[in-house]
This record gives sequence, structure tokens and C-alpha cells, in this order.
Amino acid sequence: MARDMSDKEILKMELEQLKKEVNTPRTPVSANCADTITFVEGMLPNDPLIKGVPDDKNPYKGDKGGCIIT
Amino acid sequence: MCDQTFVAVTFGPCDSCSKASPLMNIYIKNEPINYCSFCVEMMACQGLQKGETLASLKRECDNLKKKLEEERGKLNDVELHQVAEKTEVLGALSVKTRRVLKGHGNKVLCMDWCKDRRRLVSSSQDGKVIVWDAFTLNKEHGITLPCTWVMACAYAPSGCAVACGGLDNKCSVVPLSLDKTENLAAKKKSVAMHTNYVSGCTFTNSDMQLLTCSGDGTCALWDVESGQLLQSFHGHTADVLSLDLAPSETGNTFVSGGCDKKANVWDMRSGQNIQSFESHESDINCVKYYPSGDAFASASDDATCRFYDLRADREVAVYQKDSIIFGASTVDFSLSGRLLFAGYNDYTINAWDVLKGTRVSVLFGHENRISRVRVSPDGTALCSASWDNTLRIWA
Repeated sequence: MARDMSDKEILKMELEQLKKEVNTPRTPVSANCADTITFVEGMLPNDPLIKGVPDDKNPYKGDKGGCIIT
Repeated sequence: MCDQTFVAVTFGPCDSCSKASPLMNIYIKNEPINYCSFCVEMMACQGLQKGETLASLKRECDNLKKKLEEERGKLNDVELHQVAEKTEVLGALSVKTRRVLKGHGNKVLCMDWCKDRRRLVSSSQDGKVIVWDAFTLNKEHGITLPCTWVMACAYAPSGCAVACGGLDNKCSVVPLSLDKTENLAAKKKSVAMHTNYVSGCTFTNSDMQLLTCSGDGTCALWDVESGQLLQSFHGHTADVLSLDLAPSETGNTFVSGGCDKKANVWDMRSGQNIQSFESHESDINCVKYYPSGDAFASASDDATCRFYDLRADREVAVYQKDSIIFGASTVDFSLSGRLLFAGYNDYTINAWDVLKGTRVSVLFGHENRISRVRVSPDGTALCSASWDNTLRIWA
């Protein structure tokens, strides 16, 4: 656990990790952002919180289910 | 070389040089060692290899970090909100409080939706875990745990069990029974054992495995049936406060965020830390994967939420405003990924436009800080849990 490790050991662990990370394959931000935007636009029409749901279909908008007293 | 002054509890022969002197009682890898202070110095020096001092290690670390920044910077050709300029602006959100769930006696610390989109489980500081039906406000089950501060709770994918954990350093799984007279607490089964508080837990794609993160700085994958530790994930240098599983069916990665300001992405099978991001200025309180699985967001005490793209391996957006000075404690995305809901310590929930980086709406209603926000599995509602002892459903 991190609490039991000395500063030296923590730094060694970080160093190992950084060495691995410098070589990770990366793609340009513009391509990924374009992908993200396409994903969102595709799913946007189905997002109930943005497009809203008609009152009769929304389980939360109706009556809280009161009781009928006869 | 001056000897440092220390309070000596024991006096006797040193384990290494056998001279009688005041001994320092230290523990090396959990074994007690009684050395005199001179031998401790000698041992500390030998621990380092030739020429390797703390300073040189730190320098190497810093150099690598700079190199990493450079590599990442080469691909930063454009900002997310610039690419999103052509996207339509969102209209105002018509989201309001539709339900207020009252029943907890103390701060509600965590909540989770069931896959049936109507039940949810919440846990609180008073040790109670309650399963609610969100449509009717009915409390279906109530479990009392022996410890207070139940900081993590999760619903099993099948809907037949809940997991909860907190200051007891354990995460337990409780099978939910339809029989109202059964004492659920008696069937509670301890699955995860950590050496410090459990801050987050989630089931993997089945009821059989549980992923937990803890204040002891580690995350762990457990088998629910046997309680066996399947994999442990070391790499954080401080408490881990949150974790989230990647959304795919074959998902085998997860992201965790902690008090060391880092968010790490892990491979569940190998236990390796695949990517790590350190751009927050304070503790990361919550991390959440994007619905597409290629990005994630984090909320931090530095009052910002940040959006990281995994393929570009960098932060691509920051959601902040000068008027927001309180830390963000929780985030979740709407179904399409266009909205990011973030709960803050100033009792509000802000809805951010993920693509444009602007704030769309502020949700007021809670009377104390927000501990958790979660969008329901079908995206129709948002549930928020707060320290004001209530949960609210917004739709």
C-alpha cells in the first residue's frame, strides 16, 4: 500500500509507470473529437433529458400515485 | 554526521552491530527491526544504489513527465469546443425535481440505479442501506449495517443483490429477498477486505465479481462466491476515492481517481496501469466513463470537472467558471453524452454541455452538499443524493 512505501519506492514506481507511458500509441485530438461529436449527434435524439419525454410516457411526471378515498 | 535526537523506547543490543545503545524500533516490510540509530543510517544509504539518491530519482521522474507532456502536446492540434463550434446550441433544460426520497436519518453518501431503471439503492452515514422504488417512493428493503459511514453501494446487474462498504474496511454483498420477514442483514456476506475504508464499489458485468477501491490506495477485484482476491491494482500514491467500469459488454478496463490528483486507467486482467492523467490541482472525487467508452470525466476539489480522451491520451476539456469555487464531488453523463451533470459542495448540480464547454443549467433544491448524481440506465431521470438526508429525482 502507498502508505507503507518510502518516498524512494514511490518515486521508483512512478518512474516505471512513466517509462511505460511514454511509448503509448496516441491519435490526434481532432480525429477523436470528431468521433465524439458524431457519437453524441447520433444519440442525441434519444436522450430523454435533453429532448424531453411526453408527460404520459414519463413515469415521474404524472401523479405520485395517490390513493383514492371512497 | 549529527545523530538525530529521538525518543528511545528500548535500550539494548542492536540487531546488526550488537553494541548496547538506544534502539530505534522500525518496521521494514512488516517485520520489526531494532537497530541503533547509526545502523539505521547505514542501512538507509545502502538501500539506494550507487549514485541513486532521492533527488536524482525525482529529477528523472520530472524529465519523463516533461517528455510525456511533449509527446501528448504534439497531437493537441485543436480544442474540443473548437471542433464543436458547428454543433447546435442546446436549449434550456426543462428538468425539475419530481420526487424527493425521504427516509434516511443522516447524510446520504452514495446511490446506484438498478438495471430495471426503477429501483435504486442508497446508503448513508447512519449505517442504513435502503432499496427504493423510484416511481412509487416505496421503500422495498432496509438493511442496517453495524458500521457508520457506508460510503459505497452498488446494485448487482441481476437486481438480486446489493453491495455496500465503508468505514468497516469491508465490502459486503447482501442478497435481496422478496420475503419481507427475512432479516437481510443476517445474510450479508463480506467479500472484500481492505486495510482502510472502502470508498467505491461496483459489480463487473456479472453478479460474480466485485471491484472495489479503498483509502489504502489500492483497487481490487474479488470473487463474490469465495471472497477471494482475483487481482489487485497498485499505483496510486494516496487514497483512491472513486472508480468506474468501462461500458462495453466485453469491458475489461476501469478508471480510478484519488487524492494523489491522478486518474488511472487499468487493465482488469493483467492488473497493469495502462494510462494515467495528472492535470487536476486537487483530489479527484469522482470519475465516470463516457457512454462511448473512449473518454472519461473527473470531478475534483479544485472546483473543475475535466474531460479526458483515452485515444488521444490527454485532457481535452475543462468545465469551470470563476463563480464556482466549491469542489465538485460527483459527475455523470446523460444518455447521449452531450450533458455532464456535476454535483458540487455548494449544494447545486450544474449541467455542462460536454462539447461546447459551457454551462447549460443549474439545478437547485438540495440543502446540503451533493454526494452523488447518477443518470438512470435509460436516461429518463437523474437521481442526486445529498448530505441533507434526502435523494431527489429530476426528470
